Amino acid sequence: MSTQEAAALATAGNAVETPAGSGRGRKRDSNFGGWILPVYTAVALLFLLIPIAYTFVFSFNRSLKSNISWRGFTFDNWTGVCKAQGVCEAVGNSLLVGVIATFLATVLGTMIALALVRYRFRFRSAISLLLFLPMATPEVVLGAGLAAEFLTAGVQKGLVTIILAHTMFCISFVVVTVKARVASLDPALEEAGRDLYGSPGQVFWRITFPLLVPGIVSAALLSFSLSFDDFIITNFNSGAETTFPKFVYIAAARGIPAEANVVASAVFVLALVVVIVSQVSAAARRRRLAAT
Amino acid sequence: MAAMTGSAFAEAGADLKLVGVQKRFPGFTAIENLDLTIPAGSFFALLGPSGCGKTTTLRLVAGLEEVSAGRILIGGKDVTATKAYQRPVNTVFQSYALFPHLSILENVAFGLRRRKMTDALTRAHEALNLVELDHLSARKPAQLSGGQQQRVALARAVVNRPALLLLDEPLGALDLKLRRQMQLELKSIQGEVGLTFLHVTHDQEEAMTMADTVAVMNKGRIEQMGAPAILYELPRTAFVANFLGQSNLFSGLVAGETSNSIAVDIAGSRIVVPKSRAQRHGGEVTIGVRPEKLILTRTAPNANSALNSLGPGRITDVSFSGVSTQFSVEIPSVGAVVVFAQNLQASPMASVGDAVWVSWNVEHGFGLEDDERSAARFSADESTAMIAAHRKDALLAELEDS
Repeated sequence: MSTQEAAALATAGNAVETPAGSGRGRKRDSNFGGWILPVYTAVALLFLLIPIAYTFVFSFNRSLKSNISWRGFTFDNWTGVCKAQGVCEAVGNSLLVGVIATFLATVLGTMIALALVRYRFRFRSAISLLLFLPMATPEVVLGAGLAAEFLTAGVQKGLVTIILAHTMFCISFVVVTVKARVASLDPALEEAGRDLYGSPGQVFWRITFPLLVPGIVSAALLSFSLSFDDFIITNFNSGAETTFPKFVYIAAARGIPAEANVVASAVFVLALVVVIVSQVSAAARRRRLAAT
Repeated sequence: MAAMTGSAFAEAGADLKLVGVQKRFPGFTAIENLDLTIPAGSFFALLGPSGCGKTTTLRLVAGLEEVSAGRILIGGKDVTATKAYQRPVNTVFQSYALFPHLSILENVAFGLRRRKMTDALTRAHEALNLVELDHLSARKPAQLSGGQQQRVALARAVVNRPALLLLDEPLGALDLKLRRQMQLELKSIQGEVGLTFLHVTHDQEEAMTMADTVAVMNKGRIEQMGAPAILYELPRTAFVANFLGQSNLFSGLVAGETSNSIAVDIAGSRIVVPKSRAQRHGGEVTIGVRPEKLILTRTAPNANSALNSLGPGRITDVSFSGVSTQFSVEIPSVGAVVVFAQNLQASPMASVGDAVWVSWNVEHGFGLEDDERSAARFSADESTAMIAAHRKDALLAELEDS
């Protein structure tokens, strides 16, 4: 146990070196606030990062049945990630569900957002309000309700029901995100498109859609992470199928394999890379624009 | 530029005809039975206060709104039922409405690409040359100044060589100097490419300096239409007299008549107006004269059949503006009269409290066709109230729409 903690602390210590270091620089003015804030920040970050660091470090553990005590460093878990029973099937299911549910929710949600902002029809405000319900309802209630619904309708539980359930709760988030973007769109831009000989289809694909893309992309990313992450609703509606969160939950009873740590770490690193790349490329674009 | 005028779709501008056009919004009629003909190749300005229906007229012509009744003909062809993208019309929007995600070049080429022009980019470069912005063609709209964006918006419309170019207060957002520059530029582009321009504005000076023909619009109908100089010299209604420059208006009964003039009794003074310059020759009439046509004297002018005079009155306000000085004269039982006097002497000729007479050449007066009620002395105030009411209506309609 003590070795684990030491290892975890070592990694975590590295991660928080920057804020702590800058804190030391400001310590010179020796007042209370001068050091308390950096120390507090360091402790808070440490607290937040320890579980991630633990997961990451233990993905390299030479584990046997369970992955609780440190038995030495190895790359085997990373190179043979699919050897553990069910890990890769679960991840594959999660990716499949995430991609399909995200696609469906993004397309449908964008269409709903456009309709809600652009057109006036009966029950428009009622629909706007109802769309918030899936976000406000406790997931347990939503999951149980859906499960009952599928049972009544006689639908066999499986990947299809998971996709349906995920699409359902993702739509609300897509509508809310895209709606804001549609509302901020200057209607004169589409009018200019029509005025410049653009047919309705051309105006949509060449003007409206490109201008909505930032909103649609962030809605899609949000949907995917919500879907990939979801356990409660999935658990109610998956039947025999396993997604990654469900796999981890079930495995927790008899010891999570180190391969699960590998998958979690990989997802974390991937997300980090995406964020860094988008930040760097945005900064580069700004610099390039400023230069011209 | 030469290449542009010699290009394949360089037909001359077409004429525009509105026949009995009416536009109703929920609970509000924006345009009431409008008939209008704009000859091909002319620079036509639609002038009026906010909410008078001028922008709605432009949007109807562009096809961005549908008419409630009436017909729209461009070059003799009925386009009433066609959509915006099917009409040979392009608009320079008030907000410019440049596509923020496209480069300047792609913005200008947009219309050409939609019409499958093979040399879209070449033509776009030519159009950008015309507005002297070709060196910025790779930039995005957000990187351009307001004046540059305005010129891009103009190039984007002109490059399509539309039969009719619509300008929706495109100069409103520019500062005065830039505005003058753009006015000149617009005029020269119109001369070079020979399009028909329909310019909507509330700026009377802009309308008068740029347009061949000005139509003054009020409450959804055209009050008066003609060359700028004629509109200014001979306004037919109180609205035109006050919207286009300033006017002194007086009401009184016609007290005498000769073969070519009428004499009106204004608070006991006999004011003569040539019949050719008066819309009505009997009963209670409203007559007017422009402030710069008035002569201020400190002694009663000699009785002279070529001169009208009112007075004595007292000067209540003097404001010096460099080229001229504006005097407000309060004449008992006539009211306030505004006089613009050129500063020919080093010091102002009169000061506040002085007793003065105003006089003007008989040939400079004009008689209005309005009845006494709508053409009352303070019609200027009345029309601003109308403007406010119309603004409110427009706003309500907009709220209801959104």
